[in-house]
Amino acid sequence: MSNQPDPVRLSVRKTYKLYVGGKFPRSESGRSYEVTGSDGATLANASRGSRKDVRDAVVAARKAQSGWAGATAYLRGQILYRVAEMLEGRRAQFVDELRQADGVTKKTAESYVDTAIDRWVWYAGWADKVPQVLGGGNPVAGPYFNLSSPEPTGVVGVVAPQKGPLLGLVSVIAPAIVTGNTVVVLASETKPLPAVTLGEVLATSDLPGGVVNILTGYTAEMAPHLASHADVNGVDLTGVEDDELARSLEVAAAGNLKRVYRPGAAAEDWLAEPGIKRLRAWTETKTVWHPAAV
Amino acid sequence: MTELSTLLSGLPGVDRVGADQRAATLATRSIKTTAKAWAIDLAIRMVDLTTLEGADTPGKVRTLCAKARSPEPSDASCPSVAAVCVYPSMVPVAAEALKGSRVHLASVATAFPSGQAPLDVKLDDTRAAVAAGADEIDMVINRGAFLSGDVDRVFDEIVAVKEACGKAHLKVILETGELATYDNVRRASWLAMKAGADFIKTSTGKISPAATLPVTMLMLEAVRDFREATGRQIGVKPAGGIRTTKDAMKYLVVVNETAGPDWLDPDWFRFGASSLLNDLLMQRQKLTTGHYSGPDYVTVD
Amino acid sequence: MSIFEYAPAPESRDIVDIKPSYGLFVNGEWTDGKGEAFKTINPATEETLAEVACATDADVDDAVAAARAAYDKVWGPMPGRERAKYLYRIARIIQERGRELAVLESLDNGKPIRESRDVDIPLVAAHFFYYAGWADKLGYAGLGPDPRPLGVAGQVIPWNFPLLMLAWKIAPALACGNTVVLKPAETTPLTALLFAEICRQADLPPGVVNILTGAGETGAALVNHPDVNKVAFTGSTEVGRRIAESIAGTRKKLTLELGGKAANIVFDDAAIDQAVEGVVNGIFFNQGHVCCAGSRLLLQESVAEDFLARLRRRMGTLRVGDPLDKNTDVGAINSAEQLARIRELSEIGEAEGGERYTAPCELPERGFWFAPTIFTGVSQSHRIAREEIFGPVLSVLTFRTPDEAIAKANNTPYGLSAGVWTEKGSRILWMADRLRAGVVWANTFNKFDPTSPFGGYKESGYGREGGRHGLEAYLDV
Repeated sequence: MSNQPDPVRLSVRKTYKLYVGGKFPRSESGRSYEVTGSDGATLANASRGSRKDVRDAVVAARKAQSGWAGATAYLRGQILYRVAEMLEGRRAQFVDELRQADGVTKKTAESYVDTAIDRWVWYAGWADKVPQVLGGGNPVAGPYFNLSSPEPTGVVGVVAPQKGPLLGLVSVIAPAIVTGNTVVVLASETKPLPAVTLGEVLATSDLPGGVVNILTGYTAEMAPHLASHADVNGVDLTGVEDDELARSLEVAAAGNLKRVYRPGAAAEDWLAEPGIKRLRAWTETKTVWHPAAV
Repeated sequence: MTELSTLLSGLPGVDRVGADQRAATLATRSIKTTAKAWAIDLAIRMVDLTTLEGADTPGKVRTLCAKARSPEPSDASCPSVAAVCVYPSMVPVAAEALKGSRVHLASVATAFPSGQAPLDVKLDDTRAAVAAGADEIDMVINRGAFLSGDVDRVFDEIVAVKEACGKAHLKVILETGELATYDNVRRASWLAMKAGADFIKTSTGKISPAATLPVTMLMLEAVRDFREATGRQIGVKPAGGIRTTKDAMKYLVVVNETAGPDWLDPDWFRFGASSLLNDLLMQRQKLTTGHYSGPDYVTVD
Repeated sequence: MSIFEYAPAPESRDIVDIKPSYGLFVNGEWTDGKGEAFKTINPATEETLAEVACATDADVDDAVAAARAAYDKVWGPMPGRERAKYLYRIARIIQERGRELAVLESLDNGKPIRESRDVDIPLVAAHFFYYAGWADKLGYAGLGPDPRPLGVAGQVIPWNFPLLMLAWKIAPALACGNTVVLKPAETTPLTALLFAEICRQADLPPGVVNILTGAGETGAALVNHPDVNKVAFTGSTEVGRRIAESIAGTRKKLTLELGGKAANIVFDDAAIDQAVEGVVNGIFFNQGHVCCAGSRLLLQESVAEDFLARLRRRMGTLRVGDPLDKNTDVGAINSAEQLARIRELSEIGEAEGGERYTAPCELPERGFWFAPTIFTGVSQSHRIAREEIFGPVLSVLTFRTPDEAIAKANNTPYGLSAGVWTEKGSRILWMADRLRAGVVWANTFNKFDPTSPFGGYKESGYGREGGRHGLEAYLDV
């Protein structure tokens, strides 16, 4: 009979990698960087994404785009709702991660997580309604049938908010993908860990690989390659806090006339209902004519 | 436009969504117990057991022929297949191996699978296969000519190959995957039938998509309407991508409810397949033993 | 010649647990009805499935009061995003219990399991999903920045698509913030009662959904109840007219989805094989118990003979029989009354001079059955061209020109749906423009989707169900 106290159990720490093409690769550069909590304590090493990671993520996003856009709106809505289900299941985990990242109280963290879950539900419900709200028949002056419909823009590069590592992140991803776009997301530089965990949620939600790709690392290092990439159709600069960087990214984006969503002058209140500005930002309107005659 | 091209473009169109849905509904038919046993044996009897690889050797072809004659060595009640299908160079080996059996010997010909060769080369190919012992010829239509609008050339080539066949019966492969639209499949079907095909066949099996249920349904509608219009009955052979018993059952249902029971016979319907046979045998075993079978219980060919 | 006989392929009944008797579902609880209970039977076998309560005026009072309380205290004040999540839960449970619901629907209604499994139940779930998504987005519906609900909705539904009609009524009503009292049809109450259980499983607050079983009197009491703000009815034009009369002067909002005698128009340049399928689907799907059924075939005269030969041949592959057999295409007629009506009108059709053709098929001995039938040589002035038969009976007329097709198609007090078969796009659009029908199907038929508004012109009713337009009925706009 032993008099030793029970040995302390060592925890198995998670390795935080990128989420690309439905899988979790490390950066091809082999680099990582230290992520610290609001109190300065080390939380983990996150992958430090490179321009080649950006390149690979764009390839994955493009590959997935036509299939995702070609799925029925109903199916996209179902999948986004499933994301909410999976997120709800990990509520406690996300509350912990937010408290570590942001140093907020439990109550505050819970309200962010709950709002993030409800936001996915809100966007899920948009999938099969966008064409009814943004499209319609046009009464042209002639014997023609004329219909305008919104279509997805394609591959969208997103610089996620630097603050708002979960709710802010969700609020820039969901409106792009619900209409059939695919995204390459640069997570918050200082608070990237909830983004990787969100990748795990997406990977278990029947979301096809490549629809959402999440890269962690230094924003200023990766963003220019995303903004200048000729196979990216739009870029969301929400998370670019430096005006000069934002300007230069916009200039780069003009290379292939990407649609640009500029960050607002004031910080966004992620808790408030979003409106449909981001939904509209990533749609193109197609208008079809056809004669009507016997 | 020639007379032929005008006639073909005047055929009724095909609504693709409607056709796909009809095929999908037919695919929900549930075939069980006695019906399934009967259908499995019929499917076996309809298989054109096929090997069309660059790496085919006499050894490979002999094994295939043995399997074709006697798919289930331990069960004499299992029928043999309809035919063996090989490249022309392998016909002599197959002819020897099938001697004395009722299994037909089909050979592909006409520069299969692309068909991109001068006409006289394609005709020599055909004649050689027939001379070596093939009693069925599976030819490919000239898709380049079809897609560039020269339907008369496609027609004339089929007529010439039919003549080169002599007594051998002619299957005309449309390569529906390259024709792309259902309207083209309907037009190509009528063209082939008017030119003298004994069978119209969906695919070479070398490209994707190969045979599909809706395309086969379309071709069955074509042969049904052709017999109604002319009195001549023509067969249909889907080939490529039919791997499971479940697939085969769906095709038989489509035959049954589209062209009708007259086509439920190896003389009028064939499956161009290789791995399908073993799945049919395993399902056949399951019906007799009551449990699921496995690859160890069917022979490799 | 080989005959390919399909062996029986029965779906098992075991999955559904039918109770011997059911009460009313009021305020989240099961209560006994004060009226005399009645039986619901399986129309394919005439066996009794269960005993069902009958709601009296007093029961209707209780239910409306429960709905009112729930509206005032719980559902009305609840934010849209929370209402949405209840509806999503219900949608999910419907998906989870899909097979159970499909089998129950086929047992109680008589429709083939393939239809209830592949069409009805998936659409039911989809309807709840779709409207769940509107609950917190009403300001985007084009009906004003903050449209408000009406209050308590009284809803009466028919027997032809029992659970689907329930979904069409309850989903938008709840999404918009109303509470409901719903009366399912007398002959098909069971899936509505199972739906009540699903509401409990979803923890839906008591009183938001109330289900009252009963017959015509229960429906009338509900519709006429002074504390009902909104009435929604799907059923015959006859009853719809009476409801409109009875609520006159009360300021209740009313939507009606009534009968039809739709023209299915086939031109000489139609995709002929798909057109045959579309005509068959249009009248024999759901045994012809469809308000928007393509019950009048308008055939261009130049292709009539060929088309009819193909149609007759196609009818020969229709399988009539046990609704629970997975290979059945045409199931049982829902009731003895309906069967009698179909028979009566068919006899009238023959007497009027229509030439009758019935596909040869063996009908079971017990149960209510009618073999798919067409009448050719029908004119507009025949009763079988004007009156809704609501069974698997097709009246075939001919036309020469598009103008004539339009004139004949529109020559009816009804206006629910129409079908157009032609490969020519411009003609489709020209016809669609001129057809006086709420739903025009071009090169397809009987297609439904929660995003697509459905409803009639003229005596086929007013108001739309489905889509953004379907919200209007349940909002104070």
